[in-house]
Amino acid sequence: MTPTDAGRPSRLFRNLNAKIASIPMVLTALVIFVGGTAWTVVYSFTNSKLLPRLSFVGTTQYERLWAAPRWHMAVENLAVYGVLSLVFSLAIGFLLAALMDQKIRFEDTFRTIFLYPFALSFIVTGLVWQWLLNPDFGIQQVVRNLGWESFTFDPLYNADIVIYGILIAGLWQGTGLIMCLMLAGLRGIDVEIWKAARVDGIPTWKTYLFIVIPMMRPVFVTTLVIIASGIVKVYDLVVAQTSGGPGIASEVPAKYVYDYMFLAQNLGQGFAASTMMLLSVVIVIVPWAYLEFGRRRRHG
Amino acid sequence: MAEHLLRTAPDLVAMAAPSGSAGAFSGPHGPRPRHAFSRRNIFIYGTLALVAVYYLLPLYVMVVTSLKGMPEIRLGNIFSPPVEITFEPWVKAWSQACTGLNCDGLSRGFWNSVRITVPSVFLSIAIASVNGYALANWRFKGSEVFFTILIVGAFIPYQVMLYPIVIVLREIGLYGSLWGLVLVHCIFGMPILTLLFRNYFASLPEELFKAARVDGAGFWTIYLRIMLPMALPIFVVAIILQVTGIWNDFLFGVVYTKPDTYPMTVQLNNIVNAVQGVKEYNVNMAATLLTGLVPLVVYFISGKLFVRGIAAGAVKG
Repeated sequence: MTPTDAGRPSRLFRNLNAKIASIPMVLTALVIFVGGTAWTVVYSFTNSKLLPRLSFVGTTQYERLWAAPRWHMAVENLAVYGVLSLVFSLAIGFLLAALMDQKIRFEDTFRTIFLYPFALSFIVTGLVWQWLLNPDFGIQQVVRNLGWESFTFDPLYNADIVIYGILIAGLWQGTGLIMCLMLAGLRGIDVEIWKAARVDGIPTWKTYLFIVIPMMRPVFVTTLVIIASGIVKVYDLVVAQTSGGPGIASEVPAKYVYDYMFLAQNLGQGFAASTMMLLSVVIVIVPWAYLEFGRRRRHG
Repeated sequence: MAEHLLRTAPDLVAMAAPSGSAGAFSGPHGPRPRHAFSRRNIFIYGTLALVAVYYLLPLYVMVVTSLKGMPEIRLGNIFSPPVEITFEPWVKAWSQACTGLNCDGLSRGFWNSVRITVPSVFLSIAIASVNGYALANWRFKGSEVFFTILIVGAFIPYQVMLYPIVIVLREIGLYGSLWGLVLVHCIFGMPILTLLFRNYFASLPEELFKAARVDGAGFWTIYLRIMLPMALPIFVVAIILQVTGIWNDFLFGVVYTKPDTYPMTVQLNNIVNAVQGVKEYNVNMAATLLTGLVPLVVYFISGKLFVRGIAAGAVKG
């Protein structure tokens, strides 16, 4: 496959055009991805403040990080948001896909409606839901005007439930995509399977639960990875909807990193927090990659 | 992991393709519908309609709020249609809304976003398509290693690389400028776009490439004369993916640009979440709609191609 230019004396100049075309990739991979990551990890062990300085202080930044109530809040919020958004987007996405798969009319219309929020940015999503959840004018007030005077639904102003307010917006934006992926997975299942299940008299819900879902494992795995890698990055949505408030009640790790790096001028803390984010991704990705490849290698 | 992605990405693209065009996939699976008003149908359409209302409600509220005057908003409820339609909030959002000391409206952010998005989309796709072509047809020693690093790198949280990029941009004198942001978009668009193009070019019949080689065509001739014309559909997918992705970006905009060069999303957030001044919800919603308009238009025009684009983009996460 690799063409060779026998006339050229040096190996470096062989296939030169392809190498030139790959320079941006090589630079991105080495300088930004490898170099940048290594740089941040190294500097997370320094006490850099306004500017990065190589004065090592061991794990002080990490100790400070894990002692900070704000970081604890951020991690806790991410865990709650992450678990719930995984469960709900998979469940809602699959249920909607299953409904869409019943030979319905207007399938394209429904799909267009479910998917359009995904075209919008998290900033737009956050601001719309901030308005809808506004206690003085939004859903709460509308229900109160209907006569239910004591109705309370103000997640964005209640520190205990603010993360659920963000979850509502997040699900609104993202479930359409999950539905599309699931629907594609359902369409990939052989019709014969359905026919066989029907001949055997297996109820539809049982067919879904014990035959179809296990067969859709690859789709679920891919979807899981997509949702999970999106969750770690949650930032814009929180900034738009609550700016981390009330107080620090809706802080997330990505916001902690940004605030310490670019607002509080405490680079060391920002680097330590972002390294923890990297670590969490590694913890999720490595076992998944190991399972996927271990399995593949065994089965050839 | 890279190998897994190489396998899943085209699957996803194919999977998300509309059922009609993908011959490999069977149609819907449910039993053939019998009565129009059977219990089953009422349940299915009822549920779907209810969910559809939930999904449409925010868009509806945005539109009606942006067409009301402030007195009407204070009195009425957010779901009621405007009694008196006014376009003033739209005018104000576009040309008068304030961010800090500047009161020239969202138009500045809009044009900044245009000036960021157009070169970013063009450059990132140009670089990635040539790169993908090189990786598919002109492999060299180490090319796969760099490619694997690139794909694995797509999983690193952006926060880890934010500051090193600040340093790089400062060194080359682009920090705070639009071109600095364009460069950042090219960098972070590279993994998914390269993957997209590499897989597409690798799926083309090898004889095509070999025949061109025998005829004496070189690297660039084959790319421009053969590969480029054949890859037009994948270019459209890449353009949709990049236009919506870059237009909707907030994090890179806020980190790598200055108030004068803020993209639309950043300016929008600053306008709506400004602490000082009286809140004008109608102006805020008009501004929000204006910002969402570009990706929405792309979405409604591109239709099913959009699904393909985002399914490809979703691999990026």
